[in-house]
Order: sequence, then C-alpha cells, then structure tokens
Amino acid sequence: MSTSAPRSVVSELRARIARLEGRTAHQRAVLPFGLAAIDRILPEGGLLRGALHEVAGGGNGAVDGAAAALFAAGVAARGGGKVLWCMTRADLFAPALAQAGLASARVVYVECGDEKALLACFEEGLRHAGLGAVVAEVSRLSMTASRRLQLAAEASGTLGLAVRRWRRQTEAADFGMPTAATTRWRVSAVPSAPLPVPGVGRPRWLLELIRSRAGECADFIVEACDDQGRLALPSSLADGQGAKDVGRRRASV
Amino acid sequence: MLGDAAPPSETPLVLVGREGRRREIVAADAAAQRAGLRIGMAASKALALVRDLVMRDAEPDADLAALDRLALWALRRYSPIVATDPPDGLVIEATGATHLHGGEAAMLADMVARLKAAGLSARAAMADTWGAAHALARFAARPTLVVPAGESAAAIMALPIAALRLPATIVDSLRRLGLDQIGDLERTPRAPLALRFGSDIGRRLDQAMRRLSEPIDPIRPAEIAEVRRQFPEPISAAETIARYIARLVDELCILLEARGQGARRLDLLCHRVDARMAAVRVGTALPVRDARRLTQLLTDKIETIDPGFGIELMRLAATIAEPLSEKQTISDLVAPPEADIRDLIDTLSNRIGGDRLYRIVPVQSDVPERCVARAAPASPDAGASWSGLWPRPARLLASPEPIETVALLPDHPPVTFTWRGVRRRVRRADGPERIFEEWWRSDAELDAVRDYFRVEDEQGERFWIYRAGDGEHGETGSQRWYMHGIFG
Repeated sequence: MSTSAPRSVVSELRARIARLEGRTAHQRAVLPFGLAAIDRILPEGGLLRGALHEVAGGGNGAVDGAAAALFAAGVAARGGGKVLWCMTRADLFAPALAQAGLASARVVYVECGDEKALLACFEEGLRHAGLGAVVAEVSRLSMTASRRLQLAAEASGTLGLAVRRWRRQTEAADFGMPTAATTRWRVSAVPSAPLPVPGVGRPRWLLELIRSRAGECADFIVEACDDQGRLALPSSLADGQGAKDVGRRRASV
Repeated sequence: MLGDAAPPSETPLVLVGREGRRREIVAADAAAQRAGLRIGMAASKALALVRDLVMRDAEPDADLAALDRLALWALRRYSPIVATDPPDGLVIEATGATHLHGGEAAMLADMVARLKAAGLSARAAMADTWGAAHALARFAARPTLVVPAGESAAAIMALPIAALRLPATIVDSLRRLGLDQIGDLERTPRAPLALRFGSDIGRRLDQAMRRLSEPIDPIRPAEIAEVRRQFPEPISAAETIARYIARLVDELCILLEARGQGARRLDLLCHRVDARMAAVRVGTALPVRDARRLTQLLTDKIETIDPGFGIELMRLAATIAEPLSEKQTISDLVAPPEADIRDLIDTLSNRIGGDRLYRIVPVQSDVPERCVARAAPASPDAGASWSGLWPRPARLLASPEPIETVALLPDHPPVTFTWRGVRRRVRRADGPERIFEEWWRSDAELDAVRDYFRVEDEQGERFWIYRAGDGEHGETGSQRWYMHGIFG
C-alpha cells in the first residue's frame, strides 16, 4: 500500500500540469484498450482522444503498412463515430477493415494527390469536431506539421491516428525523428497462435510503445483485432500475468 | 435540332440560307460533303448535283438559342466563366477549373465525349488566349488539343488566316496578296496592312498572341440567383474580400430562401480594374442555405483570388440551385445525435476534387477486386456488408503479381515462394478457398477458378496468394501463382 501515496501526488501533479497547458476536462477523454497490461503503462489509462498518435509497421510493414492500418482501424472502430481515412495510395481493402470492426458505412476515404494535400485534409478533419477519429497514411511528418495536427486534435477532442508508411524500407529511419505526437507505436507481424491442426491461427503482433508523453515505453505480444476491433493478450501470456494479479489480490484480502 | 425527325445519317443533308438574293448552302453534313457539296454553293446547283438531297432552311436564331443552352450546360458543368462564341463555338475560361475534372486533357476529352453522346460532334482546344484556342479548336484539334502554357503563339503560326476571326472579305483579300498563314501575317509589316484593311488584323493578331487582353464576358442567365456589389474604391486585401463575401452570401441566402432553394454550386466572380476576372467555384454535396457554411467554403478559396490592382465588382451566383425546404427533426433524448459531417465533406471535395472523396460499399461478388465499389461520401448507408467468413488482407495489390513457387499439386499450398526478389519459406497455410470467376461476364471466365491460400512465412508475415486454376484441369487457368494481398 506504500505505492498509493506517490500515486496521488503524481496524479495531482499531472492535473496541475494539465491546467498549465490549458486543457479542459472534456479533452481528457480516454479510449482504453481494455487490456490491463497495456492500459496500465499508458499515463492516462488508454489512448488520449484529443491527441495525435503515430503508428508504423515494423520490417516490411513500414512499406505495406498492413498491420499498422489494421491496428488503427481497430482503435477507430472502438472509438465510435465516423472515421475519415486520408491516403495517397488507395490499396486499402475495405472488407479487412470491416473484419477489424470498422464497418464500411462509417468510413469516408480521401484520396489525396500528394503529402501536402494529405496533411491539409488530415488537419481539416481533426478541426471538425464531428468525427470519431481521423486516420492518415503519411510518410513524412515534421515537428511543425505534427504540432499543428496535435493542436487541432486537442481543440476538437478528435482522435488523430497517423499511420506512418514509406515508399522504401530505407526511408523508415525517419521514424526516429521527434514529432509532437502523444504516443508512438510500432506494430510488427509475428508468427500466429499455434493451432493443433495445420492452418494459420489468430494473427499476432509485436506491439511496441516506442514513445509515450509522460509515460514509459513497453512492448507487448498481442493477438490482432477481432471483429469488434479489440486486441487480446495471447493466452499463455495472459495466464502468467493473471496468475500474478490473482496472487496479489488474495494476499490483500 | 431535328431530333427524331432527322433523316438517316447516310442521306446527305444541307441547310440553306439566303445570302443577298441568292439561296446558298450554309451548312452541309459529312454525307453531303462526300457527295461534293460545299458551303457557299448555290442551292439550285446542289439539287442538280445530288439526287436524294434533303434540304432544310437554316434557322440562325434557333441556332443561337441552342448555343446559349449549351453555354449554360458548360457553365453548370465545367467553369464559372463561359461565353458563347457565335455562330458555332463556346469559350470557357478554364483557369482554376481543370483540377476538378482530372486535368486539362481529361476535361476536354470529357467535354467532347459528353457532347458526342448528345449527338453533337465537337472539337476542343486549350490555349493561353481566346484567339489561339478559337483557331486551334477549328483548325488543329483532332478532336481535342491541349497546348502547354506559353506555347500558343508558336502553335498557331502554321494555321490559315481564316482562323483569326476576321471577316471573310479580308481573308480573301489577304490570300490574294499571298498571305496564307498566320505566321506570314505576323512577319508582314503592320502599317501598310492597317492602312489598307483597318485595325482589325492587328487587333485579332495581338489578341491571339496575348499582346492585347480580351476579357470574356460570361453569360448570366436570368434564372440563376445572383447578387452583386460594386466597390467605389477597388478592394484587394484578403480580409476585406472575406468581409464582402460574407455579406454577399447573406444576401444570396435571403434570395434563395424566397425561392425555396439551396445552393449546390456557387460561383464568385471578381472583376478586376484591369478588366480581368478572377473566379472561384465551390460545390456542395446536397443543397445548402446555411450562410456560415457557404461563407466558409468560399473564404477557404480566398488565396486563389489574385486581386491584381484591385477588385471593383464582385458577383456571387448560385449556378446550380435545388429545392430545399426546412425539415423538422425529432431529437432523441437517449442517444446523442449522429454528428453531421456534410460540411467537412464539402470543404474537402472543393479542395481536392469531388471524386477523390468516397465511401466504399459492398458489391455482391466473390472476386475480391470486384466486391468493392465507390459511392458518394454523403450517400445513404444501405446497411450491407461483406460476408466475413474468410479473412481478407488489409492491403490488396492493384494487380496480382506473379510469384515463383515450389508447390505440390493439386491442393497443397506452396512450400516456398519468391516475391519481389525475396524467397520465403511457408510455415503455416490456410486454404484453398476456391473462388469461381463470373461466367456471365465473359467466355474467358467460364471455367476459370482461383484457389486462394493464406500463408505465413517464418518471420510471421502473412500473405494472400492464389493459383490461377484448380491444379488439375488446364481449362480452369494457367496454374501459375500470384501474390494478391498482405494481411497485417
């Protein structure tokens, strides 16, 4: 129980910082993952809604952005509301988004000619307060551009998801450059859940939280979005952590 | 237009008009021209030459009225600045209007195709000036021609002088002097020509070469709601323009309300003191009469207005207006109302083009690339979805890419495959999911099948590959393997 005192101090400090930053209560709305292991790491207990979050694929995913797009689709699906999806390459396959919980009726696609137009559309979507989330597939994201997007998201309370996707593998080094995004994730495909019979099990991802404002980094092995957009922890991992939790709870009762 | 009363196209048809005391041909169709009839030929001679000639009286007034209707169509469809160029042309100011139609060449092609569908054979050219475009459309376009900016003057040098919009008598006299092409005229000293023929030649030449400006006076049909504001002192600051846009929109909304209409398309024309014009066109997906929203759409585009030395007159017209009546809505006390994003859709489509914004709707088809279709972003939701039994990849390649495989026939997934130069060993696989092609579309698809497999390589990357054919029968496909998509 010794951890409770610092925790209240920390939360009070956080509230004071938030006041200094001039944010109001409704902008602190949070979209939790519903997985204690991930939500515990994030300082707000989930993805902050009025904020910009970055997602990129690892390995070949930096070019095809398939897992990153599905991760973003899952988040947008759980967030509710209409979704604006800005892109320059129209190779997204809508049935896959529907299988990740994002029904086709909820998505409006914007196919932009170049990155500049894409960032303008992204920002316009974030400024408009009527959307649930705005997803944009961008390759370059400068500090200035991301700051504008972050401010636009803060002003409207809309969730902004930048799916970083590059033309070539070598350009992915750009992901190391700092941006104003609140969190930064990397999603890489890893071998799926083993099945007792031949076949491909539920896809698994290595989900790395590379940067988190006022929070710690972490990585998780998760099972990909189900048809409601929810991630899951692989059963072996979940058992291990669950057992620990159970033990602690028993001890405190 | 004769419509259904027109004779079949193989019958020669001419229109006859009166030139002084003599009746002569003023227009001849392709069949008549093949039979040797020419414009300007006497009507009696034509009758003697061709036996089954159909002859109608020319109706210049009706032609002009039809041209006006065509101009109105072009105004609504293509650009805010359109004028008639009698007797047989339209002139369209395309600056700032082409990007909404996929570029200059695509806009002209679209225009000619649409006119052809309506039974009109048209030619279109795009150039720096009215004069050059007029000349190129009539003497060089097959059937469309886009001359890059700055090259119009060179492009018209080899065209005949008749292209210059000069009276026929002057063209004839010039030909007698040995001047056939515009280039000849350009190299001839100006003063003797002006002394003999007046100032027309120099003026038309300068207009075509962009040495003299030639403003287009756009048509403004009476049925279009329009408001205008004249400025005693020309304005040029962006803030001032924005303020007056807001006032004009307010006035226009009052006018539209009296008519029970909402605007689908707004044209803002700014007349500059140097007799040029800057135009802004915005469109909406559904009729709108909300002054704040319309103002927002117009002020969004303010940076495209070049005020030059100042704007002296602003005109705002609802080029396309549709009925709009106020509707009473019942508010739901429990669920929060669905947010309205139509204004966002309008803003974005005005910025990047309406066809770049879409929703994807399901189509009843098993073939992956055919099971999605684009629909207008504001279209109502039909509630349909794909039958989601089999997993689908997040990214679908635009066209399947051939891969090298080692696989057991007929129904095993590959053991290894090479895609884009990278060899991958298959660890796990699911399939086959057999998709039959659609025999009702073409004979080639009658027996064709594709066997799809979901494969996972050693790194855990998952791909969607297929074999064209069932692995046993040659008529079902080439039995080659293709990469079609990437799962996350």
